[in-house]
Amino acid sequence: MSGRQRIVIAKPGLDGHDRGAKVVARALRDGGHEVIYTGLRRTPQQIVRTIMDEDARFVGLSSLSGAHSHLFPKICELLRESGLNDVVVFGGGIIPTEDRPPLYASGVRAIFGPGTPSDEILRFVNQASTMDCGVGSDSSWHWGE
Amino acid sequence: MDRRLLARQLSAIENGEMQVDYVEGDVIAITGPPGVGKSCILDAILQRLTPEKKIAVLAVDPTSPLSGGALLGDRIRLSVLDDKMKSDSIYFRSVATRSSSGSIPSIVRDLASHLIDNSFDLIFIETVGAGQSEMRCAAIANRIVVVEGPARGDGIQAEKAGLLELADLIVVNKSDLEGSDKVVNDLTISLGLTTDPPPIIKTSTVNGEGLEELANLIPNLEVRNSSKRARHRQQLVMAHESILTQNPQFEAILDRMSEEGLALEDALRELSE
Repeated sequence: MSGRQRIVIAKPGLDGHDRGAKVVARALRDGGHEVIYTGLRRTPQQIVRTIMDEDARFVGLSSLSGAHSHLFPKICELLRESGLNDVVVFGGGIIPTEDRPPLYASGVRAIFGPGTPSDEILRFVNQASTMDCGVGSDSSWHWGE
Repeated sequence: MDRRLLARQLSAIENGEMQVDYVEGDVIAITGPPGVGKSCILDAILQRLTPEKKIAVLAVDPTSPLSGGALLGDRIRLSVLDDKMKSDSIYFRSVATRSSSGSIPSIVRDLASHLIDNSFDLIFIETVGAGQSEMRCAAIANRIVVVEGPARGDGIQAEKAGLLELADLIVVNKSDLEGSDKVVNDLTISLGLTTDPPPIIKTSTVNGEGLEELANLIPNLEVRNSSKRARHRQQLVMAHESILTQNPQFEAILDRMSEEGLALEDALRELSE
């Protein structure tokens, strides 16, 4: 399949809720992508190392602990520092609406809350893979804009 | 080591965009049935051999025959990757089987060659959970470690031909569980009838039994002579299969078989033209 992407699904920080991450991983697998799941309680450094070693083009960050405003921008920053500028970052979990603009500004390109149809995440991956919207690009585009 | 460059090169090899020459090196396959503890055994070995040795792991998981996608989860078990002192001397890469059949895609041979070329001392290949007749790993690895566990059938299982005959080392894992002594006995009796039986070692990643011994054995593991011919057979079969699946007509002919009822004999004739 020509549109097959390598995607890391990660659980940063102290958060034991991974049902959502597993459902998203499964939906991406069924959409024809190769998904690498990190397991629970990863540090930003561990996640960035995984993305680098696995040569993933996308990373999906799941957080239900409330620490997203600290962890997501930290991972975006580390990706840029490591030269992984073309990696596309998206997030999901419990992310209040007012927290989203700063996350978009830090380089996150989509945030999917509870109730998002899995098909929407696949459409995002397909669209983003044709765009220059990696974490290091100047683009201010985000999904659902 | 430029990890990012290495990762990108491996993708290029996987996608057929980069060719590599075969390089001789230390390649060890860890194989065995699903859920028997291959990843945990590998973690225990890496914990003990790094950072002194530079080690690469290629962990294979199956691609869905329906969607072409894959969920690659072998990384989760490797706690050694969380150890800052050790993780810099390990490169871990998940590999999907993609269009190949069997527990190891033929491209793994090229990936391993490239890693050896990048001065890794030792390459481990963790196969898909493999059954009795799954011997494809013999085509790629120069030594094979078969992981077994208790409660996987009676003594007759040990007598059956197949993967066990190719093992250079047999690990009976989960020795903390009941029945592991019986498995060791059955295997010892069965393999004792061959001319050069492989060592059998009992391990538990729960209480640590046998792990030191295992890590000491691995770097100096001897290749058994009796399995040489079987290895060459697997190499031939694998090379033949990759010629078939890399034929540009392969997918089109597959479509015609399922949609237009093209007969198998005719499909084979067209593919060999």
